[in-house]
Amino acid sequence: MSIAVQHFPVLVVVVSLLSAITIFIAGWLNRKTACCISIATLLAQFIASLFVLHHVMTVGTIHYRLGGWVPPWGIEYVMDALNAYVLVILLFLGLICAIYSKRNIEHELPGKVVSFYTIYQLLITGLCGITVTGDIFNMYVFIEITCLSAYALIASRGKIALKASFTYLVLGSIGACFFLLGIGFLYAVTGSLNMKDLSILLPPLYGNRVVLAAFVFFIVGLSIKMALFPLHTWLPDAHAFAPSEISAMLSGIIIEVSTYAFIRVAFSVFTLEFIKLLPIFEILSWVAATAIIVGSILAIPQSNLKRMLAYSSVANMGYIMLAVGLSISAFRPPWGGLSPALMHILNHALMKGCLFLAAGAFIYKANLWDIKDFRGLGAKMPYTCAAFVIAAISMIGVPPSVGFVSKLYIILASVEAKRFFFVGVILLSSLLNLIYFWRVIEMMYMKREEPSGHGHDSVASVSHDEIPASMLIPILVLSSLCILMGVFWLARGPIPVLDKVNLLFGLVKTP
Amino acid sequence: MEWFIAKIFAKYNYWVFIILMMIGFYGIVAKDNLIKKIIGLNIFQTAIFLYFISLGAVKGGTAPIVDEAIIQKGYVYANPLPHVLILTAIVVSVATTAVALSLVIRMHREYGTIEESEIIEKLSDERMLRT
Repeated sequence: MSIAVQHFPVLVVVVSLLSAITIFIAGWLNRKTACCISIATLLAQFIASLFVLHHVMTVGTIHYRLGGWVPPWGIEYVMDALNAYVLVILLFLGLICAIYSKRNIEHELPGKVVSFYTIYQLLITGLCGITVTGDIFNMYVFIEITCLSAYALIASRGKIALKASFTYLVLGSIGACFFLLGIGFLYAVTGSLNMKDLSILLPPLYGNRVVLAAFVFFIVGLSIKMALFPLHTWLPDAHAFAPSEISAMLSGIIIEVSTYAFIRVAFSVFTLEFIKLLPIFEILSWVAATAIIVGSILAIPQSNLKRMLAYSSVANMGYIMLAVGLSISAFRPPWGGLSPALMHILNHALMKGCLFLAAGAFIYKANLWDIKDFRGLGAKMPYTCAAFVIAAISMIGVPPSVGFVSKLYIILASVEAKRFFFVGVILLSSLLNLIYFWRVIEMMYMKREEPSGHGHDSVASVSHDEIPASMLIPILVLSSLCILMGVFWLARGPIPVLDKVNLLFGLVKTP
Repeated sequence: MEWFIAKIFAKYNYWVFIILMMIGFYGIVAKDNLIKKIIGLNIFQTAIFLYFISLGAVKGGTAPIVDEAIIQKGYVYANPLPHVLILTAIVVSVATTAVALSLVIRMHREYGTIEESEIIEKLSDERMLRT
């Protein structure tokens, strides 16, 4: 098995790409096969990613040379603890969303099922590619594959989604161009594109203006992709009007993978010594703190549930970037280094995935978009609403949910870094979270249907009207994981993975 | 004057790429017509391609076809790697343009216009963009 695992990094990408083509051809013959092939592929990829994570944790980093070319000339795929961890998360949520979309897509996009799954697999290919690659130009290509599929998937519902997708396309392309320009600057001074090689060649050039400019271009480019606060303007519409499973993928995975790309570029290409030369992470944590507050405040007046969740994503990207910003000044395990940031990547994927899929369920069942239409929904769709509430209180940060663990760790990290202001920011944002999620929960449970003359009728007419099992089970799995994973974090189950990442980037030693 | 020559003329390829990039950026930001925005985006991308290509140029360099006899004569080669990278990037840019144009076609069908301000006006009438 150990030898086979060596090939899994490339297989994860290739299998996904081939399945996109297979779905297209098989779907042409029989429309029903599309979903099955997609789910089967994702399941295989998910199992492979678990093997990779196990291998990385027990044996060590996997290097795969594409075509047998020796790096730095050939493209190399490198799997270490960081990308194995992200790969598992993204394939898990990808699998959950594929199962969910079986019924939902037949309902939302009838006649487009085959093309939906084809592009969905391309999206997964791009995401896996960003994660596994050890070559910076290769990363650019995969970022573009991901985003191109995302534009198409967002636009698939038509109408407002078209405009939202176009805005995302323009901003996303500018972001990708900045990333490419950053690569160009690094290539101009080093002549290399391999990340490992770059990290060896760059240290003598750290004072160089070209290198500084390259770093700035990487930050700005990826900030657009991850919708960090002042550059978030494309996000609310794109997330609100995409099909719900794509909203879940966008919020839970795509912007997170951009964060992964940022961490990879900052710590693997440029190293800790470079980051410490500049106050860039200090600035980044202040920007992120602004993002948390502004995102939360903007979420409050939204009447459209998915738009509200989208603004909440802006705030949550703030959490992740705040944790990344603090990573170079807090070192004590278990909350030191990148641990809180990586922890929140997983936790946000679970919570936001669950919330968006639940929001999609309301749209599926009754075409409900606005929060004010949710009266009495708690009685009509008890399981979906319960799952929504669990994910919502997890976002607020009630122990022992995942949201609580993330917030606790970020607070502990900011206390260690002596940035007490950020503790206040986290607490304030929890309060704001409470305000905007409570509004929804109150609508669902507290308010009865207004009696229209026959007061007793409205109580009697409440009948269960749940979504199909293939949609309900993914939601319930995610919501139960919101609690179980929180307990697991508190029991320090996955902490060794995060410790290994910190060890890799030299973020454990005492300052 | 010497300063001028050293800063501008000796490195004119960088100036050209920055100016082109800013022209493209102006197009994206200032133009209301969606097609013009896409053209701006293309200029923006092409500027970066030009930068890469100019990196690969070597003074007096010939085409990078490796042949022992030519190497022994002391010929130098242009660096082929930026060319290969940009071939990939061009494909990406073509795909982006294709997606963007198809979005514009569908928006035109939906709203009967490709002026951004008019589309936003029509969108705000729709129920969902109330906030």
